[in-house]
Amino acid sequence: MKKVYINSVASITPQKTFDNSEFLDEVIIHDNQVVSAVEPVYKDYIPPAAARRMAKGIKMGVVASKIALQEAGLENVDAIITGTGMGCLRDSEKFLSGIIDNNEQFLTPTSFIQSTHNTVGGQIALELQCKGYNFTYVHGSNSFESTLLDAKLQLELNEAENILIGGVDELADHTTKLHELIHHIKKEDITTNTLLGSKTKGSIFGEGANFFVLSNKEQESSYAEVVSVKMYNTLPLNDVVQTTLSFLKENNLTTKDLDAVVLGNNGDVEFDRFYNELTSDIFSNTQQVCYKHLIGEFNTASPFGVWIASKILKTQTLPDILKLNNKGTSSFKHILLYNQYRGENHSFTLLKTC
Amino acid sequence: MSKGVAITGMGIISAIGNNVAENFQSLVEGKKGISRISKIDTIHKDDIMVGEIAYTNSELEQLLGISSVNNYSRTGLIGALAAKEAVSNAGIKDMNAYKTGLISATSVGGMDMTEKYYYNYLENDTNHRYIESHHAGDSTQKIAEQLGIDKSLVTTISTACSSAANAIMLGARLIKSGQLDRVIVGGSDCMSKFTINGFKTLMILSDTYNTPFDENRKGLNLGEAAAFLVLESDAIIKAENKTVLGYVKGYGNANDAFHQTASSDHGDGATLAMEKALEVANLTVKDIDYINAHGTATGNNDLSEGRAIIRVFGNTPPEFSSTKAYTGHTLAAAGAIEAVYSVLALQNNVIYPNLNFKTQMKEFNITPQLKLKEKKLKTVMSNSFGFGGNCSTVIFSKEQ
Repeated sequence: MKKVYINSVASITPQKTFDNSEFLDEVIIHDNQVVSAVEPVYKDYIPPAAARRMAKGIKMGVVASKIALQEAGLENVDAIITGTGMGCLRDSEKFLSGIIDNNEQFLTPTSFIQSTHNTVGGQIALELQCKGYNFTYVHGSNSFESTLLDAKLQLELNEAENILIGGVDELADHTTKLHELIHHIKKEDITTNTLLGSKTKGSIFGEGANFFVLSNKEQESSYAEVVSVKMYNTLPLNDVVQTTLSFLKENNLTTKDLDAVVLGNNGDVEFDRFYNELTSDIFSNTQQVCYKHLIGEFNTASPFGVWIASKILKTQTLPDILKLNNKGTSSFKHILLYNQYRGENHSFTLLKTC
Repeated sequence: MSKGVAITGMGIISAIGNNVAENFQSLVEGKKGISRISKIDTIHKDDIMVGEIAYTNSELEQLLGISSVNNYSRTGLIGALAAKEAVSNAGIKDMNAYKTGLISATSVGGMDMTEKYYYNYLENDTNHRYIESHHAGDSTQKIAEQLGIDKSLVTTISTACSSAANAIMLGARLIKSGQLDRVIVGGSDCMSKFTINGFKTLMILSDTYNTPFDENRKGLNLGEAAAFLVLESDAIIKAENKTVLGYVKGYGNANDAFHQTASSDHGDGATLAMEKALEVANLTVKDIDYINAHGTATGNNDLSEGRAIIRVFGNTPPEFSSTKAYTGHTLAAAGAIEAVYSVLALQNNVIYPNLNFKTQMKEFNITPQLKLKEKKLKTVMSNSFGFGGNCSTVIFSKEQ
C-alpha cells in the first residue's frame, strides 16, 4: 500500500488564513457569537461575473480549491471529494423563504440549483474540467473526515495519484437564528480569548472552506503524511480514553510518541467534556492545541484542525494562540487530531512529518 | 481484502410497495404508483403527478415503534423502515459480530420538517426539536440507531440523483479494502415542497404520467422512497454459509463537467461511468444482459443517456428500461431503489417493461424493453445521474 501525503493546503476562515506564506501571523480577536470568513479577493481567482452568481460557500470552495491546486503545482486532479455539513445554506434559505413568502409563486431556479449539496464539488469539476471521480459527503462533523478516508483508500491502492479534498460550510441568517433559539450558539457575549474557558452551553458559529491536495507521491511542497483516520457515529464519554489508546496502538504508537494533540474544543460546557476526558488524563503531559476559538464551530471546522497540524509539522512552529497548555514542545513528528460535535460523529486523525 | 462483495439482504419502500415483495409484484404486474399528490398541500397539485408512499408519518412511527414526540424527518422514517427490512432479510442477529458500517444517501434530508416549521420556530418552541434534524446526516444517524449500529463508520453521501449509487460504490470499496466486513448501503428521500417547486421552476415536471425514452416525453414525476442493501465480505459468507442474493460486481463514477444541472449532449460523463464500471467488473459489453437505465423522462436525460448507451454498447445494446414510470424519480434514493430492482431481476430472470412508451425517439434507433420479458440474466447494469454532473454506474451479477 502506498503512503498518503498532504501536498498542499488552502484555508478560508474567520481568520486571515488564505495566504499560505503565513501561519496565523496576525490573529483577529472575535467578540461576537457569529463570526464570518475573512475573504480573499475573489476576482484574483474567478471572473467577477461568475463570482456574482455564486453564493459565499461556493466562492470560498472554488477559490480554496484553486489555491490548493496552485500550491501543489497541479493543473488538474484525478478526483474531487467535498464535505459539507449543511450544504449551500444561503441558497436553500433563499429558495425556501421564496416558496413560503410567495405561496409557491414567482420562483426562479437559480437558488434551487445552487442549493444542492454537491454544488461546490460540481462547480470545482466544471472550473477544472475534471471528469474524474466526484463525491460529496454530508455527514455532520464527519463530512470532511469522510473525504479524507475516501481519498486515502484510493491513493493507497493507487487508483488515483492526486485527489482534491475539502470541507466547506457557510453561515446563513435564518439558520443562525434557529441555532440561537436552541442555544447551540451561546446567548452571552464571548470572545476568542474567553471561549475555551467558558462554563456555559453552546459555542460560537463560524464558516469557511479548507481544501487540500492529497497524493501518493511526496514532493517539495508536502506538509505531512496522513497515517490514519477513523470515524465513529457514537462514542460514549467513558469510552473516549480507551478508544484513543486503541487507535494509537493500531498505529504502533503510545501517548508518549505524540508531540501534540489537536482538539475540537468549542467552549460548550456540555460537550467539551469529551476532550477533557483526554486532556485531564492520558494527554495531561502532551502539548494540547485548540483552534475553534479562532474560527468558530461548524460542521467542517475540523479540516482547519488538519490545516493547523499540517502547518505545525511543516514549519515546526506552534503559535501561542493555539496552545491550551504549555509543554514547551519544540519539535513535532506525530500529531493526533480528535473532534466531535455535540457528542456525535467522532473522528481520530493521525498525521506525521514527511 | 475481500474479492467479492455479496448482497445478502434488501429492503425497500416506495410508491409501488412497502417492502421488497410488494415492489416486485408491482413491477411484474406493470402496476405504477403515480397519482395526484395527497400528503403535501401545494398549489401545483393539479399540475403534477407524484409517486407517494402510502403510509403517513404517524403510521411509520407506529411501525417503527417510536413515540409520536420524536424528531424524525420523513426521510429518516422511511429510511429506517427500509433498512430494517434489509437487515432482517439478511438474517443478521448480532450487529456487532462483525465490523459493520452504514452508508446512506439523501438530498432532501430534513427539509420536509424545516419547510413546515421554518417561521413557526421563531414564534414558539413546540417544534424546536426538529431544528437539529434538518441536516442531511441526521436521518443516517437515526437509521444507525434503529439498526443498533454504534461506535461505527457511518456516513452520508449527497450527489443529487446519483447519491445512493455512490453509497453502494463506497460500501463495496470499504469491503474490498478490508475496512469493513459488512456495510448497509442505500438512500432515502421523502417528498417535499422544496423539491416540487425546485423541479417546477426548472420546468421538468410532467403534468401526467412520465414516459421514459418516449419522443414526446414531458418531464419527470417526483417520487419518494428508501431502499437499503446489506453487503458482506467473502469471509462472512463462508463463515455463516449465507445465502447470497447477488454481487456488486463493478462500479464507476465520473463527472460530466458540462453544466450544473444539464447533462452533456452526448453523455460524456455517463459514458465514462459505464466504461469504468465495466473495467472494474472486468467485463465487456457483451456480458451485460439488461440495463436498468436512469431514464427520468426529461428531454435532456433520456437523450444524453441514450446516446451514451450507444457510445458504450453500439446500436444493439442489451434490453434496457427505466422503472421511473412506476416509482417516479426518487432523487437520492433512486440508485438504491433500482439496485434492489436489478437484483430482483437477476433472481427472477425477468426484465421489467418501460411503461408509458408510445413513440420512438427520433435522435436514435434504440427502443426500451416494452413488455415484461423472461430472460436468463447473469449481469445487470444500473445507471444513476445527477445535478453537478455526477454520473454513476453499478453492475450487479448473479455469480461472483
